[in-house]
Amino acid sequence: MLYFSVPLGKLVRRVSRLRGGGSALPGLVVEKIDPGFMQRTLSTLPLGVAVVSGTNGKTTTTKMVVELLESQGLKVFTNRTGSNFTRGVAAALLGEVDWRGRLDADVAVLELDEAHAVHFVNKVPPRYCLLLNVLRDQLDRFGEIDKTAELLQHIAAKTTGTVVLNREDPRVARIAATLNADTQNTDTQNTDTQNTDTLNGAAAGGPEVRYFGLDDSLLSTFPNDDEMRAAPGSPVPPAPARPGADVVLRRVGADDADFEYDGVTVSTGMKLRGVYNIFNAAAALTLARAITGARGTGTDHAGLLTALSNVAPAFGRGESLVVDGLPLELVLVKNPSGFRLGLKSFPAAGYATMIAINDNYADGRDMSWLWDVEFDTLRDGGVDQLSGSRAYDMALRLQYDDVAIGAVDTDIAAALAAFIRGSKDKPKRIFCTYTAMLAIRRELSKITTVEVVS
Amino acid sequence: MTPAAPETPHGLSFGHELPPEDTPAPSKGSIRVLQLYPRDMNIYGDWGNALVLAQRLRWHGYTPELLEYNVGDEFPAGVDLIVGGGGQDSGQLVIQDDLLSRESVLKELAENGTPMLVICGLYQLFGKFFKTRTGSVIPGIGILDVETHGTDERLIGNVSVASPEFGTVLGYENHSGQTTLGPGVAPLGTTAKGTGNNSSDGQEGARYRNIVASYLHGSLLPKNPALADFLIKTAVERKYGSFTPGTPDDSYAVLARDHAARRPR
Ligand SMILES: [Zn+2]
Repeated sequence: MLYFSVPLGKLVRRVSRLRGGGSALPGLVVEKIDPGFMQRTLSTLPLGVAVVSGTNGKTTTTKMVVELLESQGLKVFTNRTGSNFTRGVAAALLGEVDWRGRLDADVAVLELDEAHAVHFVNKVPPRYCLLLNVLRDQLDRFGEIDKTAELLQHIAAKTTGTVVLNREDPRVARIAATLNADTQNTDTQNTDTQNTDTLNGAAAGGPEVRYFGLDDSLLSTFPNDDEMRAAPGSPVPPAPARPGADVVLRRVGADDADFEYDGVTVSTGMKLRGVYNIFNAAAALTLARAITGARGTGTDHAGLLTALSNVAPAFGRGESLVVDGLPLELVLVKNPSGFRLGLKSFPAAGYATMIAINDNYADGRDMSWLWDVEFDTLRDGGVDQLSGSRAYDMALRLQYDDVAIGAVDTDIAAALAAFIRGSKDKPKRIFCTYTAMLAIRRELSKITTVEVVS
Repeated sequence: MTPAAPETPHGLSFGHELPPEDTPAPSKGSIRVLQLYPRDMNIYGDWGNALVLAQRLRWHGYTPELLEYNVGDEFPAGVDLIVGGGGQDSGQLVIQDDLLSRESVLKELAENGTPMLVICGLYQLFGKFFKTRTGSVIPGIGILDVETHGTDERLIGNVSVASPEFGTVLGYENHSGQTTLGPGVAPLGTTAKGTGNNSSDGQEGARYRNIVASYLHGSLLPKNPALADFLIKTAVERKYGSFTPGTPDDSYAVLARDHAARRPR
């Protein structure tokens, strides 16, 4: 089996690529004829496997972790956008291994959707995991948000080395208590960053836990779903006795940010936009520090910061294109918290706005989530164009928030053309669900340069 | 370090704010709408139902007064209309005891004909009991002659209901409890698409006096203005004797219904 599974899988991959097929088939073939392929190949990596999961921000965060590790001279294997399921990982591996099945990499950093991550870690226990957040999303798949949290807990339980948790998301932070990890230093008198010296190798029986966190002054920017009903703009009271964090995001500027780790605060320029992306940079830094720390040759912090300042947004995550000489921004919205953060991070003033809502399987069929988002920030300028299969659900939502609507057209190509024609002299922003974004990018690639994502 | 939260008058709604008023016309009267347990029972956008009631009251020329009742609060007086949503299992556990302690006041309001909309989780708890898969029984407040049994099967997807009172009712269901109706209630309607109360009898929701109970999120009221206006009309007539409707513009609702009805399950 072992002798021919890789060549055969690679062959299927070539054929399926030639036929323009997706990445799943070759993964399926190799899984069927050689079920141990993925585990065997990944187990050869000297620094192991890191899994990135959570509701929002997986793609950008994974991209950041990869670029941070590459800045440290590491060879990183990663899966591509859109293949964040087990079979997609197997398929991506087939593309990277040589004909004898060897993978030339130091570490794998894999973005996995919560449910697929559970299947994956059952097959390949990761050395690291980074759990970003648990938010209302795809409840039509998972049923309940508490169930989604259980999936993340399972990923953490299977992790052998370091579990990196979001200190500010109660459902994620709570996972620490379920692991048999040694508790870390929670003395926060002078600083709330951990002294990592006390942490390395601290785990006795369970994985080590590290947190990434936010400065108190930024907590109100991230209401979790349980706090959604707090008064707008009112501060979210910090949870009592939050544990120390390995990296804390202290401040977010227009194009820079301050991070604190090892007891010092450092400033760095940022190409990423949106507070939530920059919070995920703290997450990526924490994971990258854990991985490079384990290497034993030390961490080049200046190199990490330079890499961080150069990270560009991933596919559709605050991505900026140029149309008619002016920026056109694509903001992916797929759940209430993501939409709320998007509206908060990208103020409407001066921009022409379009919203495109699809309800295909990948978007989620349920439109209820639109009613968990407040659209009052769009009241001043209104929304110029609505589109997508559920454009009229969006129109109805805006009507009830007294937001003026320009035009509605369920056909995305026609709506996009009208939007661009109608707001030639303004920068433009489009909030869109996943499949609506794919359609919009396809149309935009006819008139401007759009990064190809396969 | 962080400034104190602004003082919120007791019982007043906070969280989602209502859009500013722009109708200078004199109000035909005010209607007190109470949200039941919005903190713990507001999953899948059930807030939309409260927002629709408040806005449509305005569009009909009345002044909405939106109140909240959460666990441990004082129960407000003079309530004209009640709306409650669904929650996670954990949310239901949080409110369970408090709800039982409010059984008599809610029963009295229900029997007196106060219009109420209860969705999913609160629909179940307005019934006699919820028996979980493992056999434990969560008592309800028994306003509705219905009982619910937990199952392993989750009923999820778009739903279309034929209702004798409200025409086609559209929404989205996501529940694993299955409800059967006793002789004391009528179904809201029969399902044309989707499952509804349970996977056997093709019925969805329950009607009793002026209570509408349903599994449908979506939110339910935005795309079903006939249902919203029934609740509003009933509340206004009970308080002021008669209801003079305004002229809400429902053209987006009509188009949203058209498109929603054609989407797959
Ligand atoms: Zn429900």
